[in-house]
Amino acid sequence: MANLLGLEVKTIVETTPEEIERVKNWINSEEYKEKNFARQALVINTAHACQPLGAQLAAHGFEGTLPFVHGSQGCASYYRSTLNRHFREPAPAVSDAMTEDGAVFGGQNNLHEGLENAHALYKPKMIAVFTSCMPEVIGDDLTAFIKNAKQKAFVPKELPVPFANTPSFNGTHIHGYDSMLVSILQTLTEDKQVEGRCTGKLNLIAGCDFNTGDYREYRRILKEFGIPYTLLADIGDTFESPCDGTYHIYAGGTKLDEAADSINGKATIAIGPYATPKTFSWIKDNYSGKHVSMPMPMGIEKTDALIMKIAELFGKDVPASLKNERGRAVDAMTDSQQYMHGKKFAVYGDPDYLMGYVSFLLEMGARPHHILCSRGSKKVEKELQTLLDGSMYGKGCKIYMNKDLWHLRSLLMTDKVDAVIGDSHGKFAARDAGVPLFRFGFPIFDRVNKHRYPIIGYQGVVNMVTEICNKFIDIKDETCEDRFFELMR
Amino acid sequence: MSDKIRKVDGITKESTQAMIDDALAVYPEKARKKRAPHLAPNDAASGCASVKSNKKTVPGVMSARGCAYAGAKGVVWGPIRDMVHVSHGPVGCGWYSWGTRRNLMSGITGVTSFPMQFTSDFQEKDIVYGGDKKLKTLLEEAHDLFPLAKGISVLSECPVGLIGDDINSVTKQSSKELDLPIIPCNCEGFRGVSQSLGHHISNDSIRDYIIETREFAEPSSPYDIALIGDYNIGGDVWSAKSLLEEIGLNVKSVWTGDGELEKIAATHTVKLNLIHCYRSMNYMCKVMEEKYGIPWLEFNFFGPTKIRESLRAIAERFDDVIKEKVELAIAKYEPIMQAIIDEYKPRLDKKKVMLLVGGLRPRHTIGAYEDLGMDCVGAGYEFAHGDDYDRTAPEMPEATVVYDDPSEYEFEKFAHALKPDLIGSGIKEKYVFQKMGIPFRQMHSWDYSGPYHGYQGFEIFARDVDMAVNSPTWKLVKAPF
Repeated sequence: MANLLGLEVKTIVETTPEEIERVKNWINSEEYKEKNFARQALVINTAHACQPLGAQLAAHGFEGTLPFVHGSQGCASYYRSTLNRHFREPAPAVSDAMTEDGAVFGGQNNLHEGLENAHALYKPKMIAVFTSCMPEVIGDDLTAFIKNAKQKAFVPKELPVPFANTPSFNGTHIHGYDSMLVSILQTLTEDKQVEGRCTGKLNLIAGCDFNTGDYREYRRILKEFGIPYTLLADIGDTFESPCDGTYHIYAGGTKLDEAADSINGKATIAIGPYATPKTFSWIKDNYSGKHVSMPMPMGIEKTDALIMKIAELFGKDVPASLKNERGRAVDAMTDSQQYMHGKKFAVYGDPDYLMGYVSFLLEMGARPHHILCSRGSKKVEKELQTLLDGSMYGKGCKIYMNKDLWHLRSLLMTDKVDAVIGDSHGKFAARDAGVPLFRFGFPIFDRVNKHRYPIIGYQGVVNMVTEICNKFIDIKDETCEDRFFELMR
Repeated sequence: MSDKIRKVDGITKESTQAMIDDALAVYPEKARKKRAPHLAPNDAASGCASVKSNKKTVPGVMSARGCAYAGAKGVVWGPIRDMVHVSHGPVGCGWYSWGTRRNLMSGITGVTSFPMQFTSDFQEKDIVYGGDKKLKTLLEEAHDLFPLAKGISVLSECPVGLIGDDINSVTKQSSKELDLPIIPCNCEGFRGVSQSLGHHISNDSIRDYIIETREFAEPSSPYDIALIGDYNIGGDVWSAKSLLEEIGLNVKSVWTGDGELEKIAATHTVKLNLIHCYRSMNYMCKVMEEKYGIPWLEFNFFGPTKIRESLRAIAERFDDVIKEKVELAIAKYEPIMQAIIDEYKPRLDKKKVMLLVGGLRPRHTIGAYEDLGMDCVGAGYEFAHGDDYDRTAPEMPEATVVYDDPSEYEFEKFAHALKPDLIGSGIKEKYVFQKMGIPFRQMHSWDYSGPYHGYQGFEIFARDVDMAVNSPTWKLVKAPF
């Protein structure tokens, strides 16, 4: 017997075309859907990645900061490639390349050598350390390791080296974002709180948002208000850097001294309650001024809420320019509502994005028919249900918690919708179902420049309405009979 | 091997060494000592590696390398189309490697081919209590939901090895119960120094669990061959296979691009193994040579010069029937290739290219660039071994820089010094160099283009190189104000 499995040697048998046809139809059936939803152990096509990816995103949001993966080098390559592909930008990050001996002796030597080399080569102003699986499983003590690194002068004592434990076997990229962000803020603001000092600024955290256009949009809104602000974890310029013949390894990010002074702010708004719970709770306990957690401002209502909150916090009227902008967004919606009204959508993604999609669709009179969250709590489900209950267009819509995109495929094949909203990974299920996929989430690997177009704020509403409605009109133009092919739509 | 030693104007051993010394100057002493033997001017005459390789990556330097899991899942196993490949462990590894290599597949997704992410999605409790039970259930579910899958591979991620799960015994038992090949592959990312060990471990699992478990239904012929080490990036296998068939060979199985498990399992009956990616699959070629007496031959299907040399070398292994067909094919395609060269060479002549790819392509593609009139002024690999660098030395011009597992810092320094007209490397490097205004093509994924193999591929390669180097957009990089 040649093989270890002890299987007998068999002649190759090709699957018959009839059998292929049978299974092809079967995977689209109700029966298959039931089997598929009964899965206990196998997870297929998730709509989320692991914690360290989000940690790297947060690290990129600070001036001169080098993300540093404590773990296997392959992990770092995966996170970097993912960000490269989505933004079509560099994503410099190092790892300390732990291998088998790290598993035996712990990762301190790797971490120390890595910090020393990274500092010498890439001259960062801050090194943000986060972990992948290996050190988490063997239980490396980062607090001690980093303290020792400074004592032994592998890096200067004054170099900020925040760190976060970001095990991949717990949570998703949004939790890694939160852990890294709070650690960075804790490190930078240490001893910076000054009794009686107020910067007069608004601190804004955008949440685990992979759309650079959104960051520009937040800045613009605050500029319209004339409010001084600090945008924390600002990846806007990091991942939308100009092509001018010079490569800047640290192309953007919140200035470190500004971030340090943010603890003396007048107010702090943390966007994305599901991506920033730890950060917000720490800020609430430690930052001066007022603190508010807000949903991603997608759609009119959620944008209104943010605008009114900013106005309230700073005792200002909403500027006329933003009132006009709101009016223009609503104009775009009323002009085109007929192309979306009653249309059924399947939506999936991170909880904060999901709240936004659902809220926006309901405002348009569209139905978020299947809502799928691949990792989320009861609280997420409850909030989604409340949104659905608040609108007649939410009637009959269903929420699927902790399900994956192979479940989504079953839903699309057995209970048809008109379109899907999500990230590039949904393209396979959408194609099988013969419906368009609107790429508003993360990652977007197969379209260009989408990350430059905001989906938050009033401008985000205009962008989403335009993209969705025009696609539906395109489909009509491409598929209608000649006699119904007309100039006006 | 090229017959004469080529030179590039302005590049000498001394100039290259000075450039290397400059790049190393900033390193702390320990790291400098580690890195120095991995960077050297090429010694074309020796035919030997001028650099050390296959050593641990220096911590903190920003390497382009991946891990053993990446080599197993992304490279060897992932492309086998009719198997379910389970990334066993936490969610990330399988997600990152889902659809990001461009190993194209035929078949119907979810029915007869499975280019999807399958994971056991480890949670904390699986780390604490182990994941063996979950794996057993998962294998049953996979078999249930995908009845036409011909087998399942179980690819371990880091935690599985660290917590001491026994996937080998679980898969053995499930394989019996489900009457299905289920192959364990202990390819945890912390093993070895790069993707390369993942290739080796995967080759070993094919040796232990797959080869010789199937037989072809049809009678054998003297022209039966296997295509080894072609992963069908952008359709490469389809291009290479049609050329091999045109010269009269029967391609009985492909390892592993658009590959089929049962055909791979019956490869022990072919007459010759033709290997494209030596780095990732030489192991099994050697096993099949020893165990079944199957000879193997390295070949290169990039660019007309190398294709011609390779076709004739292949023909030497067969009778006059094949020899005649090879000459007919060369005569048929060379005028077409010449027309392509006539079109693009005037725009690419004397342009300089730098390469950093995995373990094969730098040396394999130099000929294709040279067909277009270009000079390779620097080449290196992420995870090559000494025998790869031996094979590279004669392909590169004299004294040009060879870099093994370079840091991004070194790569940038060399690009600054050499001012290439094109860099061919990966996604992590692409935008760094494009910001600098240097044209770039991803040479792992063919930058979402391809195929590049075979005569069919050269036309696309030439077009892509030209559009990268000569795009008018590069002229806009510098503002006039």
